[in-house]
Amino acid sequence: MSRQIEPRYLPAGECAVVVEYGTTVDPHLSELVLALDAAVLAAAIAGVAETVPTYRSLMVHFDPLVIAPDALVARLGSLASGLATTSRDLRRWTLPVCYAEPYSLDIAFVAKALSLTEERVVALHQGATYRVYMLGFAPGFTYLGGLPAELTISRMTSPRARVEENKLMIAGGQAIVTTVAMPAAWYVLAETAERLFSPRRDPVFLAAPGDEMRFEAVAPHEFESIRERVARGETVARCESVS
Amino acid sequence: MTTALRIVRAGPGATLQDAGRFGFLRFGVTPAGPMDWAAFRLANRLAGNPEGAAAIEVSIGGLEVEAEGAPLTLAFAGAPYAVQRNGAALPPAGRVVLRPGDRLSVRPGEIGMWFYVAINGHIDVAPTMGSLSTHLRSGLGGLEGRQLAAGDRLAIADAVALDDAAADASWLVPSPEPLRVVMGPQDDYFTLAGIATFLGRAFTITTQMDRMAYRLDGPEVEHAKGFNIVSDGITLGAIQIPGEKRPFVLMADRQPTGGYPKIATIIRADVRRFAQMRPGASVRFAKVTVAEGATELRRLVELIAETAREARPLVRSELSSEFLLGLNLIGGVEDAARPLV
Repeated sequence: MSRQIEPRYLPAGECAVVVEYGTTVDPHLSELVLALDAAVLAAAIAGVAETVPTYRSLMVHFDPLVIAPDALVARLGSLASGLATTSRDLRRWTLPVCYAEPYSLDIAFVAKALSLTEERVVALHQGATYRVYMLGFAPGFTYLGGLPAELTISRMTSPRARVEENKLMIAGGQAIVTTVAMPAAWYVLAETAERLFSPRRDPVFLAAPGDEMRFEAVAPHEFESIRERVARGETVARCESVS
Repeated sequence: MTTALRIVRAGPGATLQDAGRFGFLRFGVTPAGPMDWAAFRLANRLAGNPEGAAAIEVSIGGLEVEAEGAPLTLAFAGAPYAVQRNGAALPPAGRVVLRPGDRLSVRPGEIGMWFYVAINGHIDVAPTMGSLSTHLRSGLGGLEGRQLAAGDRLAIADAVALDDAAADASWLVPSPEPLRVVMGPQDDYFTLAGIATFLGRAFTITTQMDRMAYRLDGPEVEHAKGFNIVSDGITLGAIQIPGEKRPFVLMADRQPTGGYPKIATIIRADVRRFAQMRPGASVRFAKVTVAEGATELRRLVELIAETAREARPLVRSELSSEFLLGLNLIGGVEDAARPLV
């Protein structure tokens, strides 16, 4: 955390405030957001209900009848100016995935559109280490940064009516893991046997903003046996600490 | 027989809601919770429950319920809807005991969208991620993530029979005053002309409205630097202006994050009033400060407590229209076209 940035405090009504570090997708901004988030949680400020880290800002939900809005902004300001500059411990998730059809829907199309071989598309997608920037849109829906530039492709002109959960999608230079079925204009490269969101499991969510994520390709028959273990309640994703 | 509340009839939109599913916003989980938080809290207070306890949210589809096994105390508040016990009219806000076999019915009036029925004790349904709030889109909470339906039975634990009471909650009736907003967080994404349009002109609620968001129609609100932002947090009452340049107001079933600039946020004291408006209603926005928003919130929180405290015994089994007029509520039902002032 070499560069220190003075955040802006933007009102979102009288019950939430946005602490904005910038307006772009940038790992440095994300680090600042996560550091402030950790500091706010550790401070356990009476009246602060919940915080939501995003790519470039932290939303702090609070009860103005417990802490006055200007008092909260002052408190956040002192936390922001005193952020620890030491690097934090990272968690790195490794998810088993399968790039073969029918787990992949679009690998042939993407390879052709980008003038790459299918093997190259898999090697690039699987070779990257991703950063979990944000969970949003739907429960556990995971926005990843770190997609190799060679895999930059525009969204489909019209969305597919339904993409199933646990699909790995790419578009617009971003990567995503779906957690619920939904319409999407993104290209589906693979499927993971793990569930990043499972409402009856403890923990309900595996990955959190700031975590790293990698994908490990397995053959279809192995994928199916892993998926059976997941169905029995096992967590198959590996989680390591990296410093 | 288990003590239960049986759903005799449930129109579209009847769901279980508690204060909301909190603690998971950072994972993309919609908070849900009541559309009119003030009416919801009042119903719970009248029922003798904690303010955030699970209750039934009734929409314009109405509801009819029956007590089973033991007497149940049901409290109710919300839009000026017609409430009856065994066919006899009740005031629009209050509480009554249902003996086994007794029925409470809620029929929508001419104005308002949301109504709450709270049951003394607690609804014995397993929470999902700490909450009973139903979010239909993701299928979480309530009964299997769905709307209530005829034949459903809600087991009620720790039920106590309280006295019948009426509450004077005339302040719940939607009023036409401008909706007060705090500007931001992205008001700098709009031109001065855009801000002037937003604060100076009237907008109309369209039929594209549900628990997630209300879409408004009206003059275009001009952006200064495009309509895409890198996603950031969304709170209750946030007013997005997407590419079509008309306000899109995020409500209880909002996503916790989103990628359109938000010109302003409706203050909590007014977002419940906004929620109660129907398609075709005209709305205007008026700018207030964060401190004024907090003052209005405190005022409303105190009003809810005072209204519950001052509930008085309901001595008449059937209420005359004079009595209802005396509560200053039924007038709005009979003459919705006339401004309520």
